[in-house]
Amino acid sequence: MNAMVQFLKSLTLKELRSGMGVTGRYFFGKKFTVQYPEERAPQSPRFRGLHAQRRYPNGEERCIACKLCEVICPAMAIDIESEQRADGTRRTTRYDIDLTKCIFCGYCEEACPVDAIVETRIYEYHGEQRGDLLMTKEKLLAVGDKYEAQIAADRAADAKYR
Amino acid sequence: MFDAIENWMQGFGWLPDGLITFSVIMLKIVLLLAPLMTAVAYLTYAERKVIGMMQVRLGPNRVGLFGYRIWGLGQPLADAVKLMFKEIIVPSGANKGLFLFAPVLAMAPALAAWAVVPFGSEMVIADVNASLLYVLALTSIGVYGIIIAGWASNSKYPFISAMRAAAQIVSYEIAMGFALVGVILAAGSLNLGQIVAGQEGGILSWYWLPLLPLFVIYFISGVAETNRAPFDVAEGESEIVAGFHVEYSGMPFAVFFLAEYANMILISLLAALMFLGGWLSPFQGVPVLGDTFLGQDSILWLFAKTSIFLFLYLWFRATFPRYRYDQIMRLGWKVFIPITIVWLLVVALMVLAGWL
Repeated sequence: MNAMVQFLKSLTLKELRSGMGVTGRYFFGKKFTVQYPEERAPQSPRFRGLHAQRRYPNGEERCIACKLCEVICPAMAIDIESEQRADGTRRTTRYDIDLTKCIFCGYCEEACPVDAIVETRIYEYHGEQRGDLLMTKEKLLAVGDKYEAQIAADRAADAKYR
Repeated sequence: MFDAIENWMQGFGWLPDGLITFSVIMLKIVLLLAPLMTAVAYLTYAERKVIGMMQVRLGPNRVGLFGYRIWGLGQPLADAVKLMFKEIIVPSGANKGLFLFAPVLAMAPALAAWAVVPFGSEMVIADVNASLLYVLALTSIGVYGIIIAGWASNSKYPFISAMRAAAQIVSYEIAMGFALVGVILAAGSLNLGQIVAGQEGGILSWYWLPLLPLFVIYFISGVAETNRAPFDVAEGESEIVAGFHVEYSGMPFAVFFLAEYANMILISLLAALMFLGGWLSPFQGVPVLGDTFLGQDSILWLFAKTSIFLFLYLWFRATFPRYRYDQIMRLGWKVFIPITIVWLLVVALMVLAGWL
């Protein structure tokens, strides 16, 4: 009897028809496509995009050249050289992040004791020449200066989970 | 209309009769093929759109026309231009002549079959008596293009694909042929126009009802015949990359594509002609609706019925995973052929009893 039912089911293409029912329903369903340039997917404050270096409110750069980020970077994308400045503090003379090596893991940000190196929400950037994607200290500080308000707001939003 | 053109040309007096006939036939061919090629182009668009929507995506919607983004309707034109300007690469180990001849061999039968397809009781290029036989023969020849392409590429995946295509066609050709024998029995004619005429009299007298198993088997075999999902083992992206057209690029590739889609439309149109009453109106004989324009026989009915099958093609592709190779063989030989033979007997008895 069971075999008979099974036979009739397969003969009348039951499984196939119910499969087509599923796709048929989705045909009329709501579409999930995000039409990118006009619409954007929501972003978390933890989003890990382009890097930036921050400053204190008095204009002093935060980075103290401890090189923890250079050590932890799994892709070895960070290069740091440091020197003693005239006022006796240790500062970087060179701070390069090679974005072509970077895997955007966010470890540099985690490692930083003074929140100097951060990753921002920016993900739309490009380089037109070789070297454009090598972020030097000047470029990183410029990004930081430009987006400081957003960066600070994102750190504040995430602070209680850290 | 064609008579008027013929009279006009004869009016010049000095044109030879042969040339007049030739140019009228050429005009008919152009009038058939130009819309067909457009339909093929937009079928690719419809396919991407329908499958996209079934996968909860939007499908192509960026390429517009004249600066308007009309749901991406410019996409097929952009694709055509792209394919035309791509380089044609012939692999160094390939048999060059056959390699370039194969797409032609796939394309020619796909187009030639359209010569006998009627679009209305008078609208047909060649009103051949055995037109069904002719169509069946030509759709089968198309597979030689695939086999030769696979062999001439001198590459392993195309070769596997050619073997698969050959075996698949052999097993489905028979079931398809038997399904058509049922139609021939019921209609008592091999002429497509007369097969449609035999279905006169409303939706219930079309052949889909008495020949339901044959109808289903014909369409499924048609899907297998055109190498479409779920029977696309000859193409099998996930197994053998793209099968017979791995080595093809640019226009030869596009020709294979056109042939495949032209065949899809042909199979759909034939299914509409033989089982859904072609250009006959479904409201024939219905009291009120039958008197309006909906009750008239028209080419629009034929196109509407054809598009049902074309949509089914796309629906199948969005729904079913590819059959395993031995399952395809099993389905063809051990399921379809026995069913068709049994139902042929039933049809013969129905004809004998005078029900058809």
